[in-house]
Amino acid sequence: MASLRDIKTRITSTKKTSQITKAMQMVSASKLNKAEVNAKAFVPYMEKIQDVVASIAAGSNDVSNPMMMARPVKKTAYLVITSDRGLVGGYNSNILRTVMSRINERHTSNDEFVILSVGRKGRDFFAKKGFNIIESSIGLPDHPTFADIKEITRKAVGMFAEGSYDEVYMYYNHYVSAIAQEVTEKKVLPLTDIQATGSTASYEFDPSAEAILEVLLPQYAESLIFGALLDGKASEHAASMTAMKSATDNASELIGDLTLVYNRARQAAITQEITEIVGGAAAQE
Amino acid sequence: MKTISVNIVTPDGPVYDSDVSMVIAVTATGEMGVLPGHIPTVAPLGIGAVRLKKENSTELVAVSGGFLEIRPEKVTILAQSAESATEIDLARAQESAKRAEALLHARKDEIDYKRAELALKRAMNRINVYEGNI
Repeated sequence: MASLRDIKTRITSTKKTSQITKAMQMVSASKLNKAEVNAKAFVPYMEKIQDVVASIAAGSNDVSNPMMMARPVKKTAYLVITSDRGLVGGYNSNILRTVMSRINERHTSNDEFVILSVGRKGRDFFAKKGFNIIESSIGLPDHPTFADIKEITRKAVGMFAEGSYDEVYMYYNHYVSAIAQEVTEKKVLPLTDIQATGSTASYEFDPSAEAILEVLLPQYAESLIFGALLDGKASEHAASMTAMKSATDNASELIGDLTLVYNRARQAAITQEITEIVGGAAAQE
Repeated sequence: MKTISVNIVTPDGPVYDSDVSMVIAVTATGEMGVLPGHIPTVAPLGIGAVRLKKENSTELVAVSGGFLEIRPEKVTILAQSAESATEIDLARAQESAKRAEALLHARKDEIDYKRAELALKRAMNRINVYEGNI
């Protein structure tokens, strides 16, 4: 049986851990609030751009842009959004598991696909597997602005346009609520399923519909990715908050158990001492 | 006086929302003035200043990369970045102008050159809008 001092040490260290996890939980909670605000701020832009793209695509049937055309798939790109650090519960492992099962389903050789990774966890994971990572971005701020992620979105869309790959799938955790996040797969490119929404006004195009699509579609694809990143960030903070909350709960439960053990051991020691004294006194008579 | 409502939105959130009497923007094909009742139009935007004319004042917003969607009663500007004159960080703009100029002089390769050129253009645009000399 552990000595009194050992138990005491464990209680103290568990207490300290729980203080840290509690603090991290609160930090994540406040970051989550901010991330939600960011994600909300992005909605009007996304809706508007979707509107315009849809109305152009719907209004002119003869418009063809390489970004909207499905072409024979020789190479697939997977854009995987993970976090830089751990302590976020199942956030990363859920995504990576989904991606792995998809890759195993679709591909037989490592030459058929490439990985674009956001976040250190994803990069490390795929590097260990020996996959071809053509682009990785780490050290993304907690509240990314569009300028922060411009580089990776520009490359992801640019390489599709150049023909380095023929389709792009994106994986991220969709933020459902503070306690639920859902791994989501989204096909980013080619843009084959643009749905027209509500009011489609017929526009004049200056200079022409083709020229506008050429500018607009890359921006549209980039904003899809940016939206996913914001969503992923919100999920990351939520996952981290939940993970830290359960860590704190577990720690306080452990502290309770240990305290009970400690008190029992202390009582046992006292009882034994008394028995010894009584025994000693009885022997003297 | 008739007015038209103007919305400027970026991925980082809305920047401007107000009613004005005239919008002047730099599109890919040249400057375009929009008055209330304009025919529905879409046009890509260049790097430049959007001038928003009100009854007796003109506001300036620096935009880069995006497009302009016009409806008879509403103008929406979707830009990758947009800042009104009061929001512009002058020191940062000057800094990035300097950096871009240095890159232009270094003349490393084609792509870098183009990017530096664009960066310089954006920085100059911000500085111009800040100083109000358009």
